[in-house]
Amino acid sequence: MNQAAELLQEKFPEEVVEVVEFRGETQITVKPGRIKDICKALRDDNRTSFRYLSMIAGMDYLPQSPRFGVVYNLYSHKNKNRVTLKALLADDAAPAIDSVAPVWSTANWHEREAYDMMGIRFRGHPDLRRILMPNDWVGHPQRKDYPLRGK
Amino acid sequence: MGIEEHLGYNILTTSLEKLVDWGRKSSLWPATFGLACCAIEMICTAANRWDIARFGMEAFRASPRQADVIIIAGTVCKKMMPAIERIYEQMTEPKWVIAMGACACSGGIFDSYAVVQGIDQYLPVDVYVPGCPPRPEGLLYGILKLHEKILQDPFLTKKYQERLALRQEAV
Repeated sequence: MNQAAELLQEKFPEEVVEVVEFRGETQITVKPGRIKDICKALRDDNRTSFRYLSMIAGMDYLPQSPRFGVVYNLYSHKNKNRVTLKALLADDAAPAIDSVAPVWSTANWHEREAYDMMGIRFRGHPDLRRILMPNDWVGHPQRKDYPLRGK
Repeated sequence: MGIEEHLGYNILTTSLEKLVDWGRKSSLWPATFGLACCAIEMICTAANRWDIARFGMEAFRASPRQADVIIIAGTVCKKMMPAIERIYEQMTEPKWVIAMGACACSGGIFDSYAVVQGIDQYLPVDVYVPGCPPRPEGLLYGILKLHEKILQDPFLTKKYQERLALRQEAV
């Protein structure tokens, strides 16, 4: 089994929901509650050392519930491998998750984009403003129920 | 221009108008301004194979204050619109606008919340050049059409006064 999945099952057995292996790619679904600790462990542990956050994506799974999710793509320069971390957010009306900006500073802008496009709030983010849309924009345009031409 | 008040509408003003129009069309200076893939074609048009210098337009000006035509080359995002409007307003009169490509003409394939559906919602467009993107020949054709338009642009003669009156009636 993948070392990241092993590590998480050893350190956070209650948090891991599902581990999927597909064509050599590992995808770990976790609960959103302790995402910051999980990320810190993946970054700092010598077996995984995911020092680099490739990207964060906000997801909208409408009409499923839980509707919103956040996907973290991590890369380890040391081990030359990747892992996908996935968290589904419980609250469909006001999705929120802890910010991982203190773990990887690059998360700052990625989370701002997810907030701008999807309306996912990142608790503890140093500067959660819109990054692409104008500041006075109403709504979050990448949500699936957002009309194509805008409101 | 005010000169017609002293000279009256006669052969002098008509000839002067023709001369000035010819001068304006022969040395149009475009603003250096590109937005998307159309800008690459516009750069091609300026380069040696198509050579926009043949029409007196090789001087792409980096300052809008020195330009008299703006080629809207590409997709106009709503967030870009204030900047374009500001550039247009900074350009000195008389000034012209060419909408280059499907996006600038009508929004093109980007039927989306983020894209302006045609620059003519904001700026008075003189020539539309369709295509996605138009080839340099297409842009050159549009430029030649603009030249024709400028040559027939009255601003000193009675014709101009008549046109102004018509426009004011319409308003």
